[in-house]
Amino acid sequence: MASTPLPPAQSYRRAAVYDWITTVDHKKIGIMYVVSSFVFFLIGGLLALVIRTELAAPGLQFVSEATYNSIFGLHAINMIFLFVMPMLTGLGNYIVPLQVGAADMAFPRVNALSFWVFITGGLLIESSFLFGGAPVGWTMYAPLSTQAPETGVNLLVLGLIMTGISSILGAINFLVTLFRLRAPGMGLLRMPMFCWTQLVTSVLLLFSIPVVTAGLIMIFIDRNYGGGFFEPSLGGNPILWQHVFWFFGHPEVYILILPAFGIVSEIIPVFSRKPLFGYRAFVIATASIGALGFTVWAHHMFTTGAVYLPFFSFFTFLIAVPTGIKFFNWLATMWGGKLTFDTPMLYACGFIALFLIGGLDGAFLAVVPFDFMVQDTYWVVSHIHYVLVAGSLFAILAALFYWFPKMSGRKLDERLGKAQFWLLFVGTNVTFFPQHMLGLDGMIRRIADYSANAGWTELNFTSSVGAFMIAGAVLMFMWNVFATMRGPADAGDDPWDANTLEWATTSPPPVYNFDHLPPVRSERPLFDLKHRDDGHAPVAAISLSVTEGPVQ
Amino acid sequence: MTAPVDSLTTDHGSENDSGHGSKGMDIALMGMLLFIASEIMFFAALFGVYFNVRATAAVWPPEGTEFISWQGSGLFGLGLAVLITIILVSSSFTMQWATDKIRKGDRTGMNRGLAVTLGLGIVFMCLMLFEYLLLVTHDDFGINSGVYGSLFYVMTGFHGAHVLGGIIGIAVVLARGMRGQFSAEHHVAVEAVHYYWHFVDVVWVFLFLTIYVLR
Repeated sequence: MASTPLPPAQSYRRAAVYDWITTVDHKKIGIMYVVSSFVFFLIGGLLALVIRTELAAPGLQFVSEATYNSIFGLHAINMIFLFVMPMLTGLGNYIVPLQVGAADMAFPRVNALSFWVFITGGLLIESSFLFGGAPVGWTMYAPLSTQAPETGVNLLVLGLIMTGISSILGAINFLVTLFRLRAPGMGLLRMPMFCWTQLVTSVLLLFSIPVVTAGLIMIFIDRNYGGGFFEPSLGGNPILWQHVFWFFGHPEVYILILPAFGIVSEIIPVFSRKPLFGYRAFVIATASIGALGFTVWAHHMFTTGAVYLPFFSFFTFLIAVPTGIKFFNWLATMWGGKLTFDTPMLYACGFIALFLIGGLDGAFLAVVPFDFMVQDTYWVVSHIHYVLVAGSLFAILAALFYWFPKMSGRKLDERLGKAQFWLLFVGTNVTFFPQHMLGLDGMIRRIADYSANAGWTELNFTSSVGAFMIAGAVLMFMWNVFATMRGPADAGDDPWDANTLEWATTSPPPVYNFDHLPPVRSERPLFDLKHRDDGHAPVAAISLSVTEGPVQ
Repeated sequence: MTAPVDSLTTDHGSENDSGHGSKGMDIALMGMLLFIASEIMFFAALFGVYFNVRATAAVWPPEGTEFISWQGSGLFGLGLAVLITIILVSSSFTMQWATDKIRKGDRTGMNRGLAVTLGLGIVFMCLMLFEYLLLVTHDDFGINSGVYGSLFYVMTGFHGAHVLGGIIGIAVVLARGMRGQFSAEHHVAVEAVHYYWHFVDVVWVFLFLTIYVLR
C-alpha cells in the first residue's frame, strides 16, 4: 500500500475549510455558531463603545445624530439576534446531543441549513450599514420603520426574517432531538436542566417567531409596495405593529434567558458537589415561565392607553413566582455544599447576584404608575442590560469556561479567568447602575446628546468608564482563548468531576459521540456511574468513548 | 481494556433512522408536525391582524370592494372563490385516498391519488392567479388599495405560496412513488406531505370564510 504520495499541505488546508463549510456534525456546527456569534458580539460591542463615548460628555463629539440613531438600534439587533440567540443555540447544538446521549441532532442537514441561513441573515443585517443604516431601533416601531427612507431598513427586515427562519428550523431540530433521541432510560424527568431549558426555549421560538415574521413581512410591504397595514391614512393601525412585535418580543426575552438559567443550573450543582435542589420544581418553574411569557406582551405598551392594564400587570408580577423558585433552588443547592469557586462558578454566582437586580427592576416596571413615569428612560436601559449583560452574557461566559475543555480539550487559564470575572463584575455595575439614577432623573433613552446643565454629566461619564472596563474584560477573554489554544490539550475527559453525559466521552468527543452509553437511572448518570460502588469514591478511568478500545 | 459494566452499545444506523427505542413517532413526521405548528402561528398572526383592523375600522369592508362578496358585481363575484374552494377541499380527499392506499401497500393506487391531487392543486393555483389578474385589471384592486387590499393579497398570497410548496412536495413524492420507493412500512414522506396538504387546505377554508363570506 501507500504508493500514493501525500497531497501537498496547501490542498490539505483547503480541504479543512471545505470540511467545515460542508459539515453536518452538530459539534462543528455548534462551534461555528459560537465563533460567528462572538464576532457579531464584537461588532455590537464596538457600537456600544461608540454610544458610550458619545454620551460621556454633553455635546456631539464623534457621531452625527443620524449616525447615532442607526448605531443604538443595530447595537441591540447585533446583541439580541446575532449574539445571544445564536450563541445559546450554538452551545445547545454542541451540548444537547451529548447530554442526552445522542449521536447527533435529529436532522443534521437541517442543522447545517439553520446555521448558514443565520449567517446570511446576519450579513444582510450588517450590510444595512452600507445602505444608509437602519435608524429604527430594535423595536422597529411603525410609522418610523415604514416611512424611514433608508434602504438599510429593508436589509434589516430581510435579515431578521432570515434569522427567524433559522431559529424556527433550529427549534424543530432541538425538539425532535430531545423527544426522540434521548438515551435509553433517560425519561423526560431525567433530562439535564440545560436540555429542559432548551426544550422550553424551542417551544417559545416555534410559537413566537412566526408571528414577528408575519409582522416583518407587513413592514416590508408597507415600505416597498404601498401596503397599508400600519398606515392610518390607508386604514391601518400603527399600534398593531406593537402588538405583533411584543407578542414575539416578550417570549423573546425568555428565549434569551431560559438557556442561561439552564447553564447556571448545570454549573452550580457541579461546583457545590450536590444534586440540584428541587429538580422537578425547577422543571415546572421553567415551563411556567414559558407559558406565562405569552400572557404579558402588552406590559411594554402600558403608555399607549390601548391595553387592559390590570391583566398585563398581574401576569407580569406572576412571572416573578417561578423565577423566585429558581433563585431559591440555586441558593438551596449551594447551601451546605462543598463549594469551589472556579471561574464557571464565579460567573454563575455573579449571575445570581446581578440578575436579581435586573429582575427587581422588572418588577418595578410591572407597577403601572411607575411604568408611566420611567417609560423610555434610562431605567429601562438599565433593566434590560442587567438581565442581558449580567444575565445572559455572564451565563454565556460561565458556559464557555465550563464547556471549553469539552470543546477543545484545554482548560482556560483560571487566574486570567478570575481576574476577568472581577473586572467584568465591577465594570457591569459601574456601567449600568448609574443608569437607574439617570432614568429616575428623566434622561430619555436613544438620545445622542443631553444638556450640560441637566445634571447628568457625572453619571454618564461614570457609565462610559464602566463600558471600557467591560471592553477590557472581553479583550482578556480573547487573549485567554488565544493563549490556551496554543497550549497542550491536557484537560482530560472530565476536568470538573461533573454529573452529565457530555463528560463521559473524550474531549473533544469523536464523531457520533459515544460507542456505548451507561444506563440512565437519574438526572446525573455520570455521577451514578462514578459512585456506583459505595456512593463516595470516584472510580478512576471511566471512559465511554471510542478511544478506549473495543467493547468486550 | 474492559468496558464499563452494564453499558449499552449504541447503534448509530437505527438511531439516525428512528431515534432511540423503536416505539413512537417517526422523527421526520414529528419534524413536519412541529413545522406545521409554527406555520399555524404564522397564519394566526395574519388572521389576528385582519380581525384587529376589521374591529377598529369605521366601515368594513371598505366601500368599493363589493366585487369579492355575496353581492358581487364583479365579473365572477363569489363564483370563482366557491369553485376554487371546492377544488382544494376535494384535493384533500384525494390526498387522503393516496395515503390510505400506500398504508395498505397499493403503490399504483397511491400514484393515481397523488397525480389527481397534484392536478387539482395546480388548477387551484392557476385559478387563484386568474382571480388576481381579474382583480388587478378589471377591478383595479391591488396590494396598495388601502389596508383591505394589503390584507387580501398578503393572506391569500401567502396561502398560495404554501399551496405551491405543497405542490412541489406532492410532485417529489409522486416522482419517488413512480420509482417504487414506498411501501406499506416505509412511506414517511407521503405521510408528511399529506399532513402538510391537509393543513394548507384547512387554512384555505378559514380564509374563504373570513374573506369571502364573513368579510
